Amino acid sequence: MRWTHGAWHLVAAAGISLATASGLAAAEITLLNVSYDPTRELFTAYNRRFAQDYEAETGHRVRVIQSHGGSGKQARAVIDGLRAHVVTLALAYDVQAIADHHLIRPGWQSRLPHASSPCTSTIVFLVRPGNPKGIRDWGDLVRPGVGVITPNPKTSGGARWNFLAAWAHATRVLGEGEAAAVAFMRRLYGNVPILDTGARGATTTFVQRGIGDVLLAWESEAALAAREYGTGRVVTVYPPTSVLVQPTVAVVDRNVDRRGQGPEVRAAAEAYLRRLYSEAAQDLIAQHGYRPVDAAVLARHAARYPPLKRFTVGEIAGSWRAAQKRFFGEDGVFDTIHRP
Amino acid sequence: MAGRKFNVLPGFGLTMGFTLLVLSLVVLIPMGVLWVRAMELSWGEFWHQATTPRALAAYRLTFGASLAAATVNAVFGAMVAWVLVRYDFAGRRFLDALIDVPFALPTAVAGLTLASLFSDQGWLGRWLAPLGVHGAYSGLGVVIALAFVGQPFVIRSVQPVLQNLDRELEEVAATLGAGRCRTVCQVVAPSLWPALLTGFALAFARAIGEYGSVVFISGNLPYRTEIAPVLIVMRLDEYNYGGAAALAVVLLGISFSLLILINLLERWTSRYYS
Amino acid sequence: MASHPHPPPSSHGAARISGTGEPVFVRGVLIALSVAFLAVFLILPLANVFVQALGKGWSAYAHSLSHPDSRAAIRLTLLVAAITLPVNVTFGLAAAWAIAKFEFRGKAVLLTLIDLPFSVSPVVAGLMYVLVFGLQGVLGPWLDTHDIQIIFALPGIVLTTVFVTLPFVARELVPVMQATGAEQEQAALTLGASGWTTFWRVTLPSVKWGLLYGIILCNARAIGEFGAVSVVSGHIAGQTDTMPLAVEKLYQEFNATAAFAVASLLALIALATLAIKACLEWNMRRKDRRERDAAANARRGPGPGPVALTAA
Repeated sequence: MRWTHGAWHLVAAAGISLATASGLAAAEITLLNVSYDPTRELFTAYNRRFAQDYEAETGHRVRVIQSHGGSGKQARAVIDGLRAHVVTLALAYDVQAIADHHLIRPGWQSRLPHASSPCTSTIVFLVRPGNPKGIRDWGDLVRPGVGVITPNPKTSGGARWNFLAAWAHATRVLGEGEAAAVAFMRRLYGNVPILDTGARGATTTFVQRGIGDVLLAWESEAALAAREYGTGRVVTVYPPTSVLVQPTVAVVDRNVDRRGQGPEVRAAAEAYLRRLYSEAAQDLIAQHGYRPVDAAVLARHAARYPPLKRFTVGEIAGSWRAAQKRFFGEDGVFDTIHRP
Repeated sequence: MAGRKFNVLPGFGLTMGFTLLVLSLVVLIPMGVLWVRAMELSWGEFWHQATTPRALAAYRLTFGASLAAATVNAVFGAMVAWVLVRYDFAGRRFLDALIDVPFALPTAVAGLTLASLFSDQGWLGRWLAPLGVHGAYSGLGVVIALAFVGQPFVIRSVQPVLQNLDRELEEVAATLGAGRCRTVCQVVAPSLWPALLTGFALAFARAIGEYGSVVFISGNLPYRTEIAPVLIVMRLDEYNYGGAAALAVVLLGISFSLLILINLLERWTSRYYS
Repeated sequence: MASHPHPPPSSHGAARISGTGEPVFVRGVLIALSVAFLAVFLILPLANVFVQALGKGWSAYAHSLSHPDSRAAIRLTLLVAAITLPVNVTFGLAAAWAIAKFEFRGKAVLLTLIDLPFSVSPVVAGLMYVLVFGLQGVLGPWLDTHDIQIIFALPGIVLTTVFVTLPFVARELVPVMQATGAEQEQAALTLGASGWTTFWRVTLPSVKWGLLYGIILCNARAIGEFGAVSVVSGHIAGQTDTMPLAVEKLYQEFNATAAFAVASLLALIALATLAIKACLEWNMRRKDRRERDAAANARRGPGPGPVALTAA
């Protein structure tokens, strides 16, 4: 029965390769960055640069590995034990949810500048070439026959920003009351044929599968899609108003302070996030279509960012906690508008 | 452990112990934890979570699409089995070997390729779209994916029965003056029923739990194209562990009942044909 | 997959009996319909995978597969299968031995329990392990203080894969072992062979085809599992992404060609599985025929001699 021996050899080999893998890991620091969907390209570039600079300055070799998905879904995975050293999520609420489970110490938001948010962004429209449906503003999205692509706000951070931007249009621009705003949202989501779990899935649906007439997208994601496919396939449209999107980052204290890890892990993780605010990183952020918080860098790239009125979460709902409960919680507005 | 048949053989304790150990660790204990987690909800809360309108819509789609898919499987499966067993034509052996593709092909690959085939620009969707039929990202897409993964069950259940069917009965019917149509309906069909039913039940059970192929081709829209397993993942991702566990227990109960039904069916079938 | 009805022996000389065939016209229509159905439903999806994968040429194809993340996914998938298979083979052999060679109360219940993973939605399987091993789960806090990682790491992926593939080998072996009975083993034991020798030399050779069959099916599923693994993977690029998960991820990264390239590897594995399976079935059929002939001879001549212990 030679094959049984073969099988045991395989298992033994597997064990050995695992052992060597962990042996190697001791020589360099491995950081896991758990992030949301449309940051893949940004962090691929930033990780490479960070590893070079950090080794040059401190002598420590760092390898940053990534996990991407819908922001809420990613936060849930960290809460369930995904060992992220840093989280870079689409909104502060998802980081707070991790902190609520005691994985991040209270007061995390004041540990880094700009409320722990190294860049901002906004939500824009991506339409088909020539904009055949004439989509210019949020009101155009609820017209019959317009297919709107947006991910599921329950799992995606970007989708929650999309929702808030539309809600801001209904309540702040049109000045509608609650009932009329809910009706507006019901019509909007009635035009949505597919709810992907993350922003990247929604972009794929719109661009690659060719579904829908308009994609509600991160400004950066729209820029990326336009770059990947050329303006012959997609065109970005800036609505007059939108929302001030603030992606948020934090070190996951529980995982960087884990026993058996030296203090160099925390040092590397903190440096990783702090350097997002450096001029070089801010420039990289701008190149990937996010809006840097550094005023000088922002000014240098001003041509990339057409002006538009951006409402804050505070203006729209008071706070993220309130927004989450009212709009996206169990039996919140999002649940009610889908009920037939 | 009463009444062993072959007392001379050693190893009952060892093998039985190992079987029960693995079964407990891998299957029973995790399942127990799921049960406990769902039971931590009060009865009212459990009922609420298991029967939210969204959950009901998801069950409806899951069962409706599974039923539709299993029916497609039964109809085409019976036809294909008949053709493969009764007729000889070029490529028969090749097709026969390919029947099992859905068993061997990873569901993610199936979902990916079906979605690309049936999307409005795909090889098939291109022809269907002008007719207003959208195969991908619709309830129809769910049925297509489920029909794909379940297709071999009916064929593989019916084939051996058809093979072993006594052709003399058909000859007798023919010599007694029955038309071919009547012979097939009244002589062949009745003996195929149990096998067909078993295949149908197997395909249906598989469809109920299917996830990988469906997420690619369905739009995953609440109330419209969201199947129950997708809703479970959603509940989990929303930090709603109780809700996820409640839905899972419902699904588990249904699969378990189906499994028992299938075992009974198979026992009946084997007795029927022996 | 609740069970695998064994494909039937081949049907040479079918439809030769006169008076019971359909008119040529009906026959033609039925064949055409069946072939068309299978072409659209089985062949087209398969062909589509390869066409899309090679859509941008061989070099793009090779490039997609040699990306470090793709290579890591392939390695992880093979590793998971390599750990899962021995576990399930051992389990299958043990379970089949206990069930087929002995009589005990509750056998039907045990068989049903072994079948259970087939009927459980893979997503539910993943959820169960999150509830047990997750940080908010039953064992999570304890595991965390002892720095043991189960979910979002290799052990969790292996565990869920073992779960979904658990019944394969046992399901194949139980009927085979039941059919062979226990007389040969009893004879070997009477002749003084030890239990282990009997198992290795008598039992295993008699079930080897069924065992191989189970292994192939188990392997195909272990490599292709998506739903259950997706729940417990954590989706860390280059670390916990298996091939099916890489397919999904690449597709979402605007990289349909690479997604289909990895998918094409999986499809090739599936086709290889089917080819090996077809060979095995052919082998089994030949063996069946030989045994039937042998039995016929035996009825004519003297009874079969004592069991050859060197049969392996």
